[in-house]
Amino acid sequence: MSQQDTINYDAVLSKFREDPFAYVDINAMHTGHIRFHVREGDKVEGLTGDFRHIKGTLLCELTRERNQKPIHCTTNGEVSFVNKVLDGQFVQAGEKIMTIRHPLKKREIIEQILRDVLVPFAAPEKAKYYFAMDIQNRIEKFGQRSVSVKAGDEVFTMSLMKRDTPVYYTGEAGIIHSVYFKPGQSMELGEPLVGVCPPEKVAVVEKIITRVKAEWE
Amino acid sequence: MQEIRKRLTKIEERLNYISQVKGSEKWGNVDSVLQRFVAVRDAIFDISTDKMATKIHTLEDEISFLEERAEESLTGMDRVRIVRSPLRFSLKDILENVYDDYTELGGEEEASIDASMVCAKATVSAKIKGKTVTQQVMVIGHEKGHGEEYRNGGCSKPWGNEKALRFMMVAQTEGIPIHAYIFTPGSFPVEEYPGAGQQIARNIYAMTKLEVPIISIISEGGSGGAEAIGCSDYRLMFSHGYYSVISPEGGAAIEGKVREGQKIPMEMVESCAERLKITATDNLRLKTIDRIVEEPLLGAKRDAYEFFKRVKYEMIRATDEVVLKTKSLRAFRNYEMKLNRSRKELGDDAHIDVSWELNRDEMARLLEMRSKKYRAMGCEGICAKGSFLGRLASRVKEKSSKYFYNIRYDMLHSHQKQVKQVMHDVTSESAVVIKQVAGPLASVFDFFTRRQESPALLVGGEDLNREQVYDNTYTSPLANEDRTVTCPNSERLGCKDLWVPDLYGQFGGVCENCGHHFPLEYQWYLKHLFDRDSIREFNSKLLARNPLNSPDFEKRLKVAIKKTGRRSSMITFDARVRGVEVVVAMLYSNFRNGTVGSTEGEKFVQAAERARMMRRPLLSYVHTTGGIRIQEGTLGVTQMPKCTMAVREYVDAGGLYVVVYDNNSYAGPVASFLGCSYYQFAIRSSRIGFAGPRVIRDTTGVDIPPDYHSARNALKRGHIQGIWDRREFRTNLHKSLMTMGGKSLYYR
Repeated sequence: MSQQDTINYDAVLSKFREDPFAYVDINAMHTGHIRFHVREGDKVEGLTGDFRHIKGTLLCELTRERNQKPIHCTTNGEVSFVNKVLDGQFVQAGEKIMTIRHPLKKREIIEQILRDVLVPFAAPEKAKYYFAMDIQNRIEKFGQRSVSVKAGDEVFTMSLMKRDTPVYYTGEAGIIHSVYFKPGQSMELGEPLVGVCPPEKVAVVEKIITRVKAEWE
Repeated sequence: MQEIRKRLTKIEERLNYISQVKGSEKWGNVDSVLQRFVAVRDAIFDISTDKMATKIHTLEDEISFLEERAEESLTGMDRVRIVRSPLRFSLKDILENVYDDYTELGGEEEASIDASMVCAKATVSAKIKGKTVTQQVMVIGHEKGHGEEYRNGGCSKPWGNEKALRFMMVAQTEGIPIHAYIFTPGSFPVEEYPGAGQQIARNIYAMTKLEVPIISIISEGGSGGAEAIGCSDYRLMFSHGYYSVISPEGGAAIEGKVREGQKIPMEMVESCAERLKITATDNLRLKTIDRIVEEPLLGAKRDAYEFFKRVKYEMIRATDEVVLKTKSLRAFRNYEMKLNRSRKELGDDAHIDVSWELNRDEMARLLEMRSKKYRAMGCEGICAKGSFLGRLASRVKEKSSKYFYNIRYDMLHSHQKQVKQVMHDVTSESAVVIKQVAGPLASVFDFFTRRQESPALLVGGEDLNREQVYDNTYTSPLANEDRTVTCPNSERLGCKDLWVPDLYGQFGGVCENCGHHFPLEYQWYLKHLFDRDSIREFNSKLLARNPLNSPDFEKRLKVAIKKTGRRSSMITFDARVRGVEVVVAMLYSNFRNGTVGSTEGEKFVQAAERARMMRRPLLSYVHTTGGIRIQEGTLGVTQMPKCTMAVREYVDAGGLYVVVYDNNSYAGPVASFLGCSYYQFAIRSSRIGFAGPRVIRDTTGVDIPPDYHSARNALKRGHIQGIWDRREFRTNLHKSLMTMGGKSLYYR
């Protein structure tokens, strides 16, 4: 572990500490006349319900060819910016119309940091995945973070059309830090299956997670 | 002292019960009596036993007086509260006290596939001419007490109703009567296989022709859940029970348009309970039940042993009466039974000697009586508009058609069939001979003339491959707007906005990217599904009414009549689909959201009878149905068994019954005459189910996924046999008629 890494992660942490928000821009999906339903500073709700099927707060309506399209909020937070001059005006597709300031949760911060740090291994096909027998035994015996993998290791068994195919790891060597799938669950092509952490970064990652857990409410 | 304590406990129990039934301690002077009771109870060690006994006696007299007053002023909602009281008797009490012995079948207590449905083989004995005669019965009913935590309040799950059906079949195999006890606020509204609605439909369908006497008795009859075991030869009802199309709370929420999560005002619920006519007296007047079994003051409780004796007598008597009606030799026993009916005191000799075993002829008579009973049921709310002469003419026409079709199909058609068979054999034989002789010459002739094959033609002479042309026949008025609409799947599947004239014109209301079907008016189907000018409507003069005189409903009906230009939510007509003659019953959304009342039920039954008479396939196209019309109360509920009976008789006679669901189809009709069809299909993007999301959330406490009722999920659960594209409806329907109906369509 180099001193440089530590400093970088400190910077990342302080960045989140200074501004623990994500800024979600809302853009016009196509041209039309826009009418706002929220103002700056309003609290907004994202998708809710057990199946995320209840729509969030109505932000604005875009009317094109007498077709009123409501734009609902997809994340909770506060309206931090509204391009007020556009209210009642014709907007172009893709034009930024407002920004939602979303307070990051502990889990979201950790996920964002890990995404920068860990090496993801993506599903090569849409299929069901299982850990290879050897890996599974080691995980059961020692826990997943004690299992290291390197390029060429047989890590998964891909079950597709009743055929089991071994999947070999490609990428930087390290330990399996995060598992993003459940054995037997169908995964889409390109979805990350595991996040691998190079050995020299393990201590830093653990330290960051501990600090985030301790410091964020 | 112990005796005094017991009496005090009893007084407290009685006072609490009165306030519970009346919904408040403030009713009468319950609260002041309660205060006096507390004072007496607290002074138990301060005054002498004699004085205490006198005070208790005074309190008891006051409470008896209160109970009598409460009984006199019982409202509909009071009866609902009586039925829901944990002190009320339940099925297990009946099994213990009415029957000699019983063995629970299909599980016991919580170790059961559904503990809210209890099935038991029981023996019941009666003293006849000094001898004890014991007979076997199958007891099937809902249980809501004795283990309340797993009984689910008597709400049977679909698999519970399936269990009931299984043991009804056992009763049929063994030839023993069924005693059905209805103690349910409604069915548990889940769609998981076998599905609440579909299983109720299967139960009713099977019960319509179950070859054993069925006696049912209602304590709490909540709509579809009650009908799942309630289609019987004799329908009894406890005097303090209720039988309703919907719970008063549910009815009030619908009528008062109360939003989810908001509290429904108690006055609204009370008045809804009155309007729904849910009491035993109301139901007897509406002829939805046959007899009332009297209960003690403010309803029977678990220790009402004299009442259980009465129940036993009534159940045996009802079974005797049903069985006796099937016997040829019954005059004196009938007379004796009539004499007994008026007796209030039950002696040991109250029963007469009737064996419950039926032979084939008696079974046939039993089924015929059941059929007639349900055919006549719920006719209170029907009114045919038209003159006396017009009605007479239509009766004459109906009778003459009946004779015509009987002669045509039963007499001539069978001879014609035989002659055809003989002719077919003769021509086949001669063809072989001719082919051997003329074959070589014909092939030489064909080679030189190059004769071409003519295209295949269908019944009615229509070309099989001819495409249906939409745009030159009828265009939806929805297409007259110059605007675009967004497909609901646009975010997920990237559908582009659709220009309305294109969507409702050329595309037939279907998103060209994902195939989502936007709702279209029912007239579109009338124009595109059937052959041009082939529709001949019948019974159009039957008028939807307000049989329970619900306030304001008359006005709402008039609005619907004015809006649609029709008199009910069901259209029945003869039509042709590519030359195939069909009888169609169509429920459509514009008239009271396609709800079914007595008029719609009668129209459906007459359509089924017509299809049977004319030997034509019967199509039920459901543009939309919101269920049974709640303003008609139990008259609406009885349309479920009535219409299912008509379907069963039509199918048993050899008819082909096809159901196609579109848009939204929910509740009673799906749980009866629609869900019982062997051939059910759905148009894409439609929703089919028993209860809507809000009712499911309220009942089960669990939220459901947004696509829970989708046609695709209904297909996955096995409720329907296929999903059709609206643009291929005509082709698919014709194909179904041909493949499932066979060559002669009337396939047996």
